[in-house]
Amino acid sequence: MRDALPLIWRKIPERYTLLGSHCNNCKTDYFPQRTICPHCRSKGKLVDKQMPREGKVYSFTEVHSGPAGFQHETPYFLAIIELPNKVKVLSQLVDSSKDKVKVGAPVKMVFRRIFADGAEGVIAYGFKFKVVN
Amino acid sequence: MRKVSIIGGGLTHFGEHWEISFREMVAEAGAKALHDSKIEGKDIQAIYGGCMASGRLLGQEHVGALIADQLGLNPLPSTRCEAACASGGVALRQGIQAIASGMYDVVAVGGVEKMTEVSVEEASLALGGAGDQEWELFNGATFPALYALMAKRHMLEYGTTEEQLALCAVKNHANAVHNEYAQFRSPITLEQAMNASVIASPLKLFDCSPISDGAAVVILAASDVAKKFVDEPVEVIASAQASDSLALTGRETLTSLKATQIAAKDAFKQAKITPKDVDLAEVHDCFTIAEILAIEDLGFFPKGKGGKATEDGETALNSTVSVNTSGGLKACGHPVGATGVKQAVECLWQLQGKAGQRQVKDAEYALSHNVGGSGATAVVHIYKKL
Ligand SMILES: [Zn+2]
Repeated sequence: MRDALPLIWRKIPERYTLLGSHCNNCKTDYFPQRTICPHCRSKGKLVDKQMPREGKVYSFTEVHSGPAGFQHETPYFLAIIELPNKVKVLSQLVDSSKDKVKVGAPVKMVFRRIFADGAEGVIAYGFKFKVVN
Repeated sequence: MRKVSIIGGGLTHFGEHWEISFREMVAEAGAKALHDSKIEGKDIQAIYGGCMASGRLLGQEHVGALIADQLGLNPLPSTRCEAACASGGVALRQGIQAIASGMYDVVAVGGVEKMTEVSVEEASLALGGAGDQEWELFNGATFPALYALMAKRHMLEYGTTEEQLALCAVKNHANAVHNEYAQFRSPITLEQAMNASVIASPLKLFDCSPISDGAAVVILAASDVAKKFVDEPVEVIASAQASDSLALTGRETLTSLKATQIAAKDAFKQAKITPKDVDLAEVHDCFTIAEILAIEDLGFFPKGKGGKATEDGETALNSTVSVNTSGGLKACGHPVGATGVKQAVECLWQLQGKAGQRQVKDAEYALSHNVGGSGATAVVHIYKKL
């Protein structure tokens, strides 16, 4: 489950800093991290790599009916961001006025609370993106 | 490989059914399928069942054995298949392979889901498991939102309009009026669809398939023995399946489902026909944009022209290709594990000429297309009147 403590803890480097993978064989970047390079499979050489924190909106939607944990935030923008290295990231778009949210808009990563498991439960943090003026 | 035919099918009514349990639905659809096939339980040699989320929705796993037990078919081997919303299509494919391999002569394939036992929020979370839990659901995605992200790109790249999306729903509701098993049997207008509340822009309420209960069963037999049981078996002339990344961000494009394209190409090669030969297609319209993507990716219309084709009525009953004559997932209902098998039942009855007021005239070839999640699994089957 998404609010499991081991899962939240294990993903901290990826979710807090956009730490991805790079294949030294085919030179492809991946986010989230991969254990096996799908292009090279056994010949792949995956190492940790920090992803760029700025990109562009590739597609977006305004979510009016949110899942548990997000209902108090509706409506909110959810987007697929394309980073300069062609990696795509799915993220909420925050602190961005409606008229600025467009396909192609430049965005940068920000660090935010993602959701909380009730009043006393675990709080999950991670990346979101915002439109850069 | 041995050729495989469908000799009968059975469905429960699709909809919100508080009065009937998961196991009763399985038994009802199974009994109807046996009756339709004119076989007895002793003729069946194995069972495959599609079910996505009974653990999450009902706390019930081990559905393979449960199905065998409820149909009175112990000790037959019974196997559950899970591929999210494509669970039924994958189960069907397993049954086909089991006969094609020469292992069995007669196999039962079921699909079932009971989704209204829990709240809509809980059902939505369970369905969310069809996507990438760690990188989509975690970050606030819902299933409508994932398809909305695809719709947005399709509109941007090809000029597809919200009206064209809505017209898929209008057409599918019109078809469901004539389907006694359908969840929604009332027609809707374009205005109603366009004025409905927004779920995830640009998708509105009528762009989304409902939460449903239902079960479907087909009986498969080797083609060389099929006519021993029924006069009009329908042969499965292609069975293809492909996989893609679980998360949308891993895809090369958002305006095609590559798994559908690959499975379709393989299926048409097996069937030795072209998309133009297909008279009717049950496609996976979990959202209206999914029907647009499907009719393009299956090859019925060029990429980017699915919206226009829908607007021009080319997918209506008895037009260029009759799409979702059952009402599709949108109007017939979408009990996720049952959908892929229900599509096969619709194709069977259409090719047998038993579809009543929604009958496609002189139907010779039918196709079914079942998708798991946002496109990570696609299953395509093609059927021909024997
Ligand atoms: Zn590589």
